[in-house]
Amino acid sequence: MIKYLGLRFLGMIPTLLVISFLTFFIIELPEGDYISNQISMLKATGETASIAKLDFLRREFALDRPFLERYAIWVGLWPGPHGFDGLLQGNWGWSFEFDRPVEEVVGPTLLLTVLINTAAILFVYLVSFPIGIYSATRQYSWGDYGFTLLGYIGLATPNFLLGLVLMYVANVWFDLSIGGLMDPKYIGEPWSIDKALSVLAHMIVPTIVIGTAGTAAMIRRLRANLLDELHKQYVVTARAKGMRESALLVKYPLRMALNPFIADIGNLIPTLVSGSIIVSVVLNLPTVGPILLSALQSQDQFLSAFILLFVSILTLIGMLVSDVLLAFLDPRIRLGGRERK
Amino acid sequence: MSNERHETPQEPEHYVNNDPFDPTSVERLTEEQERYFLASQWKIMWWKFRRHRLAKWSAVILILFYLCVPFAEVIAPYKPSQRQSNFLYAPPQAVHLFDGGKWVGPFVYGLKAQVDLAQMRWVYEVDKSEVQPLRFLCKGEPYDFWGFIPARFHLVCPAKDGTFFLVGTDRLGRDLFSGIIYGARLSLTIGIIGIIISMSLGILLGGLAGYFGGIIDSLIQRVIEIMRSLPELPLWMALSAALPVTWSPVWIYFGLTIILGLLDWPGLARAVRSKLLSLREEEYAQAAVMMGAKPRRIITKHLLPGFTSHLIASASLSIPSMILGETALSFLNLGLRRPAVSWGVLLNEAQNISVVTIYPWLMAPVIPIIIVVLAFNFLGDGLRDAADPYK
Repeated sequence: MIKYLGLRFLGMIPTLLVISFLTFFIIELPEGDYISNQISMLKATGETASIAKLDFLRREFALDRPFLERYAIWVGLWPGPHGFDGLLQGNWGWSFEFDRPVEEVVGPTLLLTVLINTAAILFVYLVSFPIGIYSATRQYSWGDYGFTLLGYIGLATPNFLLGLVLMYVANVWFDLSIGGLMDPKYIGEPWSIDKALSVLAHMIVPTIVIGTAGTAAMIRRLRANLLDELHKQYVVTARAKGMRESALLVKYPLRMALNPFIADIGNLIPTLVSGSIIVSVVLNLPTVGPILLSALQSQDQFLSAFILLFVSILTLIGMLVSDVLLAFLDPRIRLGGRERK
Repeated sequence: MSNERHETPQEPEHYVNNDPFDPTSVERLTEEQERYFLASQWKIMWWKFRRHRLAKWSAVILILFYLCVPFAEVIAPYKPSQRQSNFLYAPPQAVHLFDGGKWVGPFVYGLKAQVDLAQMRWVYEVDKSEVQPLRFLCKGEPYDFWGFIPARFHLVCPAKDGTFFLVGTDRLGRDLFSGIIYGARLSLTIGIIGIIISMSLGILLGGLAGYFGGIIDSLIQRVIEIMRSLPELPLWMALSAALPVTWSPVWIYFGLTIILGLLDWPGLARAVRSKLLSLREEEYAQAAVMMGAKPRRIITKHLLPGFTSHLIASASLSIPSMILGETALSFLNLGLRRPAVSWGVLLNEAQNISVVTIYPWLMAPVIPIIIVVLAFNFLGDGLRDAADPYK
C-alpha cells in the first residue's frame, strides 16, 4: 500500500511540470506583457516620465528575458534578478493589476475555492448515491423516469445559466439575495453565529448549481453499473438461497458498482472546478474565478498563471484522493501492479 | 428412388441428384429476414435508430434549428443589430388570434412606451385599441441574403408602422427573437466545426497510438491523461483571452472553434485507440497484415469502417459541450463580441442580476440552448444504441 502511494506521488511530479509549463505557455501567448502594454499606452499619450520606471520593473520581473528562461525563473529552477525566487521557493509572483504580491490577492479566496469544490463533490455523491440505487432497483418506475428526466435537464442546462435563473427566482419569488458570500448587512461585521449562518445559506445555492451537472452524470453512471451487476448470476444465486433483498444489494452488487463510481472523480473534478469558476463570476462569489477573469482580461500574467496552476493542482489532488480511495476499497488495484510483474 | 428392400443384401445404390441445389429450400427465410440479412450495415443502423423515438424527434428538432443557419435572414423579422430607439427594453409581444371575441388572425397589440422617472426605467403599456395584424411571406426590412444578395422577403413581418417583438428587445432596442435566429448561425456551427477539428485530431492521434503501440502509444496516452485532468473552462478562458483584440469577428470565431476543438480531442482519441486495439486483433485485420498491406491502407480500409458509427455517436455527444463552451466564453466577454451575434453574446446582456430581475426576457436565449443541448444528447444516445447494429 505504502509503495503504491509512493509511486502515485512520484508520478505526479512530471505531470505537474508539464502542466506548469503548459500554463505558463498559454498565459504568455498574447503578445507583449502587462508592463510593455503600459509602456506603449504611455507612449501613445506622450508621457515619457514613468517609462524609465516601467523599464526598470520589466528588468525587475525578468520580463525582458527569453521565454524558457522566464518559465524557469517563475518556477524557481533558474536564478532570476534576485536569485532563486520562484514557485518552488514559495514566491507566487507579483500582480501588476493590484500592485500587490499574488499571495495577498488570491490568498483569502483559495480556502473558499477549495471549500466550495469539496462541498460540491460531497453534494454530488450524497445526492446521486441514493437516487442511483433507487433508479436501478426500481427500473422503469415513475420515480426512475422522473429522476432520469431531471438528470437530462441538469446535464443540458449550463450551470452559469442555472445560477442566473436560480438567482432570479430567489430574488423575485422569495425576495432573497443569494449572490455574494453573505448577506450585505454582515459585510465588515465581526464573526457571529448569524453571520456564519448567512454564509452557509449563501453556500447552498452555488453548491447545488455547481453540482447539478455532475450529479446527473453520476446518477446515470451508477444506475447503469448497478443494472449490469443486478442481472448477474451471483445475484440470482444469493436470492435463490434466500438472502434478504436489502442485505444482498449492499453486500454484493453495490460494492462492485461502487468502484467505477469512485473512479469517476477523475472526470468529475475538472468539470466541477470549471463550473465553480464561472458560477462564482455569475453569483459574485469571492473565489479565484472572478480574479482569474479580470487577470486574464488585463493580461496580469503572474496572477492568472498562478490561478490556472492552482486549479489544475486542485484537480490533480482530487484525482490522487480518488486513486487512494480506490486502492483502499479495491484490493485488485492495490495489488494489481505486483501481479503483473 | 427405390426404398424397397431386396432379399439379398446388396450395396445400396449411390444416389446423386443432378438438379441444382437450392440452399433456401432447407431453411426458408421470411421476407423480413431476407431484407435484414441483405441490408448493409448502415441500413440496419438506420432501422435501429428509427425505433428510438426520442432520438428521431430530436433529430427533427435539430434539423429545424439548423434551418436557421442558411435562412436566418428570411426567418428573422429584423436585423440583429437594428436599433429601435423607441422600444428600449420592450417586453415580449404575445401573438393573439381574437380581438374582443372577433377573429382577426395572428396579430399583436401595439405598445406604448412611458418613462418611469421614479424608478428610471421604461414601462410599456399594451394598447388594446391598436391591432397590428402580422403579415406572412411578405416584403419587410431590406437585407443582404448571405451578405451579398439584396432582398426583402421575410417569413413574417410586423404590420406597417407596427412592431413585432416575439421575445422583447434589449437595452438598445434590438429585437431578441431576430438575435436568437441569427445567433443560431454562429452558436450551432461552432459545435460542428469544432467537432471536425477535434475528430481529426482524435482520429489521427488515437489512431497512431492504437495502431503502433509502444512508445508512441504511451506518449500519447500520457498527453491524454494530462489533458483530461485539466479543467476545461479556465483553459478555454486563458486561450480565448490570448486571441488578439484587433481580430475581426470572423477570425475570432475561427479562433474559438480551434480552441474548443483543441482541448476536446482526448476523449475521442481514447475511444479511437481502444477500439483500434481490439479491432487490430481481429482476423481480417491480421490477414491484411499478412498479405502485406500498408498501415495506411489497413487503418483506412479495414479498421476505420469498423468504428465510424461509434465515432459519429460519440461526436454527437460532445457537440453540446462545445456549444456550451462558446456560450460560457461569450457570456464572460472572452469569446465573440458584437457585431457578431451568438446565443452567448445575447446572454451577455443578462449578466447583471438587477437587470434580469426587471427585464427577465433577456434570459430567453437560454431556452434554445437547453433545447439544442438536450436534443444532441438524445440523438447521441440513439446513435450510440444504433452504432452496434448486430448486437
